[in-house]
Amino acid sequence: MIHEFDAVIVGAGGAGLYAALEASKTAKTAVVSKLYPQRSHTGAAQGGIGAALGNVEDDSPEWHAFDTVKGGDYLVDQNAAKVRAEDAVRAVYDLEHRGLPFSRLETGKIAQRRFGGHTHHFGEGAVHRSCYAADRTGHMILQTLYQQCVKNDVEFYDEYQVVDLLMDGTTVKGIVTFELKTGELHIFKAKAVLFATGGFGRMFKITSNAHANTGDGPAILARAGIPMEDMEFFQFHPTGILGMGILITEGVRGEGGILKNRDGERFMERYAPTLLDLAPRDMVSRAIMTEVAAGKGVRGDKKIDDYVWLDASHLGREVVEHKIPDIADFCKTYLAVDPAEEAMPVQPTAHYAMGGIPTDVDGRVDTGKQVYDGLYAAGEAACVSVHGANRLGTNSLVDLIVYGRRAGMHIAEYVKHASHGTVRESDTDHARERIDVLRNRKGGRHVGPIMQRMQEVMMEKVGVYRTQSEMDAAVKEIQNLREEFKEVTVQDTGDGFNSEVLQIMELENLLDLSLITAASAANRTESRGAHARDDYPDRDDPNWLKHTLAGLDADQVSIDYKPVDVSIWKPKPRKY
Amino acid sequence: MKVTLAIQRHNPEIDSAPHVENYEVDVKPTHRILDALMDITQNQDGTLGYRRSCAHGVCGSDAMRINGREKLACKTLFKDLELDEGGTVQIEPLRHLDIQKDLMVDQSTFFKKFRSVQPYFVPKAAEPEDGEYIQSPEERALFDEATKCINCAACYSACPVLDKNPNFVGPQAIVAAARFVNDSRDQGLEARLDVLDTENGVWPCESHFECTRVCPRDIKITKLINLTKRQIKKYRDARGEQTAEERAQ
Repeated sequence: MIHEFDAVIVGAGGAGLYAALEASKTAKTAVVSKLYPQRSHTGAAQGGIGAALGNVEDDSPEWHAFDTVKGGDYLVDQNAAKVRAEDAVRAVYDLEHRGLPFSRLETGKIAQRRFGGHTHHFGEGAVHRSCYAADRTGHMILQTLYQQCVKNDVEFYDEYQVVDLLMDGTTVKGIVTFELKTGELHIFKAKAVLFATGGFGRMFKITSNAHANTGDGPAILARAGIPMEDMEFFQFHPTGILGMGILITEGVRGEGGILKNRDGERFMERYAPTLLDLAPRDMVSRAIMTEVAAGKGVRGDKKIDDYVWLDASHLGREVVEHKIPDIADFCKTYLAVDPAEEAMPVQPTAHYAMGGIPTDVDGRVDTGKQVYDGLYAAGEAACVSVHGANRLGTNSLVDLIVYGRRAGMHIAEYVKHASHGTVRESDTDHARERIDVLRNRKGGRHVGPIMQRMQEVMMEKVGVYRTQSEMDAAVKEIQNLREEFKEVTVQDTGDGFNSEVLQIMELENLLDLSLITAASAANRTESRGAHARDDYPDRDDPNWLKHTLAGLDADQVSIDYKPVDVSIWKPKPRKY
Repeated sequence: MKVTLAIQRHNPEIDSAPHVENYEVDVKPTHRILDALMDITQNQDGTLGYRRSCAHGVCGSDAMRINGREKLACKTLFKDLELDEGGTVQIEPLRHLDIQKDLMVDQSTFFKKFRSVQPYFVPKAAEPEDGEYIQSPEERALFDEATKCINCAACYSACPVLDKNPNFVGPQAIVAAARFVNDSRDQGLEARLDVLDTENGVWPCESHFECTRVCPRDIKITKLINLTKRQIKKYRDARGEQTAEERAQ
């Protein structure tokens, strides 16, 4: 079946919904999502949106942009960071005007709290910049945007999974999707396609990410020959629930929570004397792993799965139950720990892809050498790059609402002058063949063991600390797993609601992105932001102040580069 | 420990009626029911159908009936079920919605009812030119409870009223309406009266409290429904009008 739209938005999280609201004002728009929109992972974001409203104390977008650049270890495109910090203020007010129930100050204005790496006067001290709704800010964004889509009659295709991109040279003409309900392949013919498919933390064993975060957009584009940017930079959030990876918001530390080692020592005093527990995430995660390696984890066995304490008990029950109620609920449910009484056991958890589909500030896919007409990306799937080598807390939600909105606005203009490409029913052939192969081949492998091994390899060898030999080994192992994947068989031969077919395709996407991530990491011989190497411990600006562009070429990854925009602030050593 | 999941299976493409299949799984007391379901599909039987995403109780995908009670599979641990070695857990799909396959149910009626209450912001005043609408922390607290809803449909399945009146708008839709009715920035009740104050709006609720008992977000749903009833009554009384319930008597 062929559906025709001006614009198709793939993914119904914060970026996709915002883009849909903007684009659908003038363009005939469809939102295609593998989940019901309200299930999207934006809903799991907790801490807040960084925007220099200055509701609590003096603040400015310029400071926000600077913090973003420094937090990203100077791999951030500086003009993009400036555009975003300025737009963030406007976007937060826009969301509030659409009903988003922010927490409030006594003045009746939007409440703001401190968050890691956010400072006033270019690093002098922590600033209240994170606009929050208790510890469920992402939930409120997702609900508010979805409600607005209902209000504005945005057209949704729920539980349609994207499986292929249709291009005419470097111009997009549509996508192919798999409808869960029927197993049928549908073509969406469109002048513009936006990929807002979110992250791919499921390539790691311990992750805060949903099962649905399998990088479908980036993987499909990579297989279509579009290189991925800065994939070696993957953020490990310092405070995941022990063993499960469930996120414990940085807002806990923003409210005054403290990290402690087995001796009860506030160890961040030794790593970041000014910002302490509110240093950027890459630094805090490294500090935890350094403590663990020194035998100062709680178990003290120096293994990478040892952990530390996050203590919020001194904040009192009132703060815990009102400012971080969901965290208290998670801790009680999964750990039988009451954070108002006891410390929480935490360990770094794979959280956020700084890298992804290369775009410009309007969401257009742009590698620096090639712009793809009509092809857009936004949100975690995209790399603008405003996070550089390490994203600051609250900046992911900023990303969604600023770049989702900007991309939607650009699409609305673009489709006015663009024309449709030619699509045929036979354009589904490629996707159909892939699915038939899965269904017909004999081999009998389950997805489970391959998925599990991939997640272990990535966690152990491409984790918080990295070395050449381990990353090289990871590349080889992932290549082997991609071979083994060719023997996976579908057991479910039915057409309707065959989620097994989708899960197998998701694993394929994760394997492809794991390979690109491991190979990009093995290639970068310096330490910068979240890419921390034992064998190259220092940042190397003369050789490495550049973005990686990694292309997927059968079982190999080809590497190219593009320059970083450092037009505003000169790179300096990064101290907090 | 080894336990058995007794899962209700039904594939309308091939089965005439639902049946139960048993799966033995090796679990730890701290494992989620969802972990065991994923172990089954990834390592034993890929044909089992269910929905899941976030795995920590915020996306609302995996509501189902576990030992006869509506729960999220990702928020229920084996130790919560007080099982012994070799014990059995009964798993069934939600009620009041058609089975699509196994534990997947057709939520279109549920979402249609949700959309019917205007579950979106209808501002009372024009947009401020600078900054935000002003709202005190006390005003904000009045609707906090209702903002927690994740649309998982556990309450919709547990509601005994829907057994006899499938047209009842259901607990979740009333929560969605209450979210806005009690928001000082919104036009509130008036904008939603034509759905709430009808024979299938708030009035069929008989305060069985089943929705409140099963809500994985601990929303006091029944209380919100009763509050909404009182607000409608007050609104009608002030205008010398009858509520839909009064008119029906």
